[in-house]
Order: sequence, then structure tokens, then C-alpha cells
Amino acid sequence: MDMGFLFASLIDGLLLGFVFGVAAIGLTLIFGVMEVINLAHGPVIALGMFGLYFAATLLGLHPYAGTVLTAAGGLLLGILIYAIAVHRVIGAPHLSSLLATYSINMMIIGIGTALLTTSPRNIEFTLGSVTLGTATIPVTRIVAALASLLAAVALYLFMQYTRWGKFIRAVTDNRDAAELVGIPSTKVLALSFGLGTMLAAFSGALIATLFPFTILEGGKYELKSFVISVLGGLGNPMGALIGGIIIGLIEGLVPVFLPTTWVLVVEFVLFVLILLIRPTGLFGGRAQ
Amino acid sequence: MKRSLWTLVLPVLVVLAVGLYPLLTQQDVHRETSFTLLRAVALAASLNIILGFTGYVSFGHVVFYGLGGYVAFYLVAEKGWPFWSAVLMGGLAAALLAFLIGAGILRLRGAYFALVTIGVNEAMKAFIYNFQPFGGPVGLTMNFAVYKAYGGPRAVLWMTYHWLFVVTLIVVAVSYWIRVSKFGLGLLSIREDEDAAEVMGVRTSWFKTWAFTLSAFFPGLVGAIFFFRNASIEPHDAFPLHVSIESIVMVMLGGQGTVIGPILGSIGYQWMRVFLLTNRLLKNIQLAVAGGLLLLIVLFIPAGLVGWLRRRFPATRRFLL
Repeated sequence: MDMGFLFASLIDGLLLGFVFGVAAIGLTLIFGVMEVINLAHGPVIALGMFGLYFAATLLGLHPYAGTVLTAAGGLLLGILIYAIAVHRVIGAPHLSSLLATYSINMMIIGIGTALLTTSPRNIEFTLGSVTLGTATIPVTRIVAALASLLAAVALYLFMQYTRWGKFIRAVTDNRDAAELVGIPSTKVLALSFGLGTMLAAFSGALIATLFPFTILEGGKYELKSFVISVLGGLGNPMGALIGGIIIGLIEGLVPVFLPTTWVLVVEFVLFVLILLIRPTGLFGGRAQ
Repeated sequence: MKRSLWTLVLPVLVVLAVGLYPLLTQQDVHRETSFTLLRAVALAASLNIILGFTGYVSFGHVVFYGLGGYVAFYLVAEKGWPFWSAVLMGGLAAALLAFLIGAGILRLRGAYFALVTIGVNEAMKAFIYNFQPFGGPVGLTMNFAVYKAYGGPRAVLWMTYHWLFVVTLIVVAVSYWIRVSKFGLGLLSIREDEDAAEVMGVRTSWFKTWAFTLSAFFPGLVGAIFFFRNASIEPHDAFPLHVSIESIVMVMLGGQGTVIGPILGSIGYQWMRVFLLTNRLLKNIQLAVAGGLLLLIVLFIPAGLVGWLRRRFPATRRFLL
């Protein structure tokens, strides 16, 4: 076994794992607060990629400034999606919310493929690379990983120490009780959904600094987010970040021993096994 | 209120109308249209058994379709089996998969169950992608010489159509039988309140597993028939997630948990799809329009067409089940 290759592969996977983790935090946060699985997660990530693309090409912004703008757009988009599709089905059986968010998925993809076509886009952006032993790491990956970590920490601080963060935690615990003490639960739910999509769009923007993409690229990150969220515990944002790192490490580890195409098999078998053996994930999530 | 025999006759008549039409006109284009319709009806009606009757939302229904397709294709193309026994094996393979994993995954509920079914579908797709006996990423292709034994490609197209027609009729009949039987009553009770059903003495895990297995057998047959006539199969075509979602939409559109609902929903949905695809204005955003319609259904008429009719006009309950 080539130790050098293993090391490089692991570093690569680890850094990407942070970015996947932030995407998954978006998904898991929404589930934690309102027990809704956002099946529009993938297209929102893809919109984040395009948001950065247009910020860089049309507005001429530096890519990293563009990620902040894209994140803001993601927040507004999430509130909009909540108002249109999710609000009415909050208390309804899970099938309703799954299909409601999936319909948003279909609409975004439908309009997206019509307007943006499926030809790949790329943001020509590089910051050079750094060599660490046998690993040559593009600096953009390091920045993406750090930005993701920063976003996760910012979310944690928001949830722990700000008024609205506490509102969100209150509504997560017991929506009726929160309303009784005067918390505007509908606004809180809309904000939570918006935060979830904001993180998804932000991760999409970061991914756009690393790889070329099309509007259909979101699907595979959505599936990865499912795996990561369940691994960390659905509803547990910090669990999702660590789950992302674990998945990133797995994606770095598996190709050393097996053909790369086995990575997906490992991920989804792990996904099914976790759901069967320990559905609350490694770190405990929202109870069923 | 005594249930009229129309509750069985109506769904069967609809399927007969769709199925017999090409046999009368003997036109290829009618056959292909009806083939697509019957395939949709069979998938939706079988999904309805686990989703509509039992209340378990499966997003992985297409995995049984793909597995049945692969097993049957492999047996015919690589092992020289006759068509009919290969199709049967395809159905049995899918049913076996459902039976084996059912015990495990049916312990989960709601969103967790939906997620695990997505996971099973993606895991199967990724696995077959790496499974060389099934052709790996390239898949399998049929040597056209195989069709000679059945009278040539054109005869095969008609033969597989007849088979699908029969399978669809069986699915509808089984669906009706379940709905009016004690077994179906047990499933409905699980849907309404699983814990109460368990307390009342319904062996929920046994019932759920059998519902899941039955719901998997028919897509297996349908997949086997479809890919035999398709002459090739590959992982991407065999396990498309959107087919699972479309099946759910068709069941919801017509009315989940009813017998005739999924049938009408399938025909309605397929008709709408063709309308969108051939409409100059809407064809580029056909997926978006379908999504919009789905959202309207979910928000405003979640009981679907038949469910709404039964609620709004109680007299129809004698005829629409």
C-alpha cells in the first residue's frame, strides 16, 4: 500500500469533508427544527454554484465575496420556499412535506435546465497549491474547508447566544410551548428553513470554487447530505459537521484499496446500516 | 352501505379499455402508448399497496423494477432461459429482496423509512455499477438472435405487450382483493394508527412485510418485461429515482389508498406528460409545470381525485373504492 498516496487522498477527502458537512448541516437543521426533509436541498446547492458563477462573471466580484452574496440569496430563497411550499404542510403527514419540497426541486430543475442548459460551467479561479509531504493541495480547498468550519462555528454561536438562535432552539423543543411564551413560531420556522438553504447555497458556492458544475450537480451532493446527516444524527448540526468529515475521510480512504466507483456503494450501504442499527446516528438526533 | 360490484368492475374496465384498444387496432403506435400507460398503472397500483394501504412512504419502489429487470435480462441473455420463467424469476428476486430487507427497514417510520428506501435504491444502483456479471457500468445487451426464438423483434414487441396487459390486470385484481380482505383491513389499521393496531392484535410486522413483498413482486415482473423488449439494460436506466417519485405522484394524484385512484392517476399523469412535452410553450419547462401541479395537489387536494370525490359526494363511495 502506497502510504504517500494514502496520505494525499486522506487530506483531500478531509478538506472536502468540511464542505460536504456544511451542506449537510443545512439539511439536518431544517429536519431538526420542523421534521421536514428538504428534498429541494440539491437544487439549492446547485443554485449556490450558479449564484457564485454569476456573481463572479456578471458582477465581477471576487469569488469569496461572491460566496457571501450567494449565502444571502440562499437565505431569502429559503424563506420564499418556506412560504410557498412548506408552511401549509408543517403539521401534515411526512409524505406531504416530502412531496412539497420535491415539487420545488422539480420546479428549480425544470426552469434551471431551460434557462441555464446543462453545459458545464467553471469559475477560473486558483490560488496556487501547497505541498505537504506527498500531498499537493490546492489552496482553494484549504480556504473552502476553513470557510466551512467558520460557517459551522458561526451557526453554533448564533444558536447559543443570540435571541433568534434561542427562539429556534425553543421552537425545536416544543413549538406550542414556545408560542405560549410569545415566540413568533412561524417567523422562526421560516428563518430556520432560510438558514438551512443559506448553508446549502454557501456550500454550493464553495464547491463552485473547486470543481466545474451544471444545474444537475446538486443531486449527488443532496444524496451525500442525506448520508452525512443520518450518520451524524438527523437534527444535530454539529453531528452533521463531524459526519461530513467522516464521509470525507471515507472518500479519501476507499479509493486507495478499491476502484473509486466503490465509494458510493460503501456510502449507501453505510447509510442503510446506520438507519437499521442506530437511526439516531452517531451523536443522537431528533427522536422519531 | 353495501359495496357494489362496480368497485371491482370499474378499475378492471379502465384497464381493459386501455389494454384492448391496441389489440383491436393492431397499430404499433397505440400499442406503445398503451404499453407506457399499463406500465405506469402497474407500478402505481403496486406502490399503492405499501404506500396507500399501509401508509409507508417508499421512495425506492424503482429498485424492485430494476432488480427484476436485471435478473430476468441476465437469465435470458447470458444463461439462455426462456422468457416466461426469466420474468417470473425477476419478480421473485424483487420479492425476495423486499422480504429480506423488509424486516429491517419496516421498523422505521415516516421520513426515516423514506430515506432508507432512497438509500436502498442508491446502494443497489452503485453496487450493480461495480458488479461485473451484470455488466458493470456498461450493463448488458441482448443479442437480437435471441428474439428469433419468439418470432422476431416485432412479435416480441406484441408478446411482451400481452404479458404486461395480463400483469397489470393481475395487479389491479390483487389490489382489489387486498382492499376488501381482512389482510387489507389490517394494513389500513396500521396506516391509521400502528400502535393501536398492534395492541388490538394485528401482527403488524408480519402484515407490513407481506405488503412490502407483494408490492415488490409486480414491479419486478414489469421491469423484467420492459428490459427484455428494451434489448439493453444499464444501472442508470434501471434505477432512476425519478421513476419512484413519478409513481408516488401518480398514486397521490388519483387518490392514495383507493383501488381505482392509482389507475386514474397514472393515466392522468401520463396524459399530462405527453401534453406538456408536445406543447410548444411548455415543453422546455415540463418538469417545472409537473412540479407546480404536484405542489398544488399536495397543498390543496392531498386525498387525490378519488379521495376528494368520495369525501365530497358520499354517494360515490358505493362505486369508487
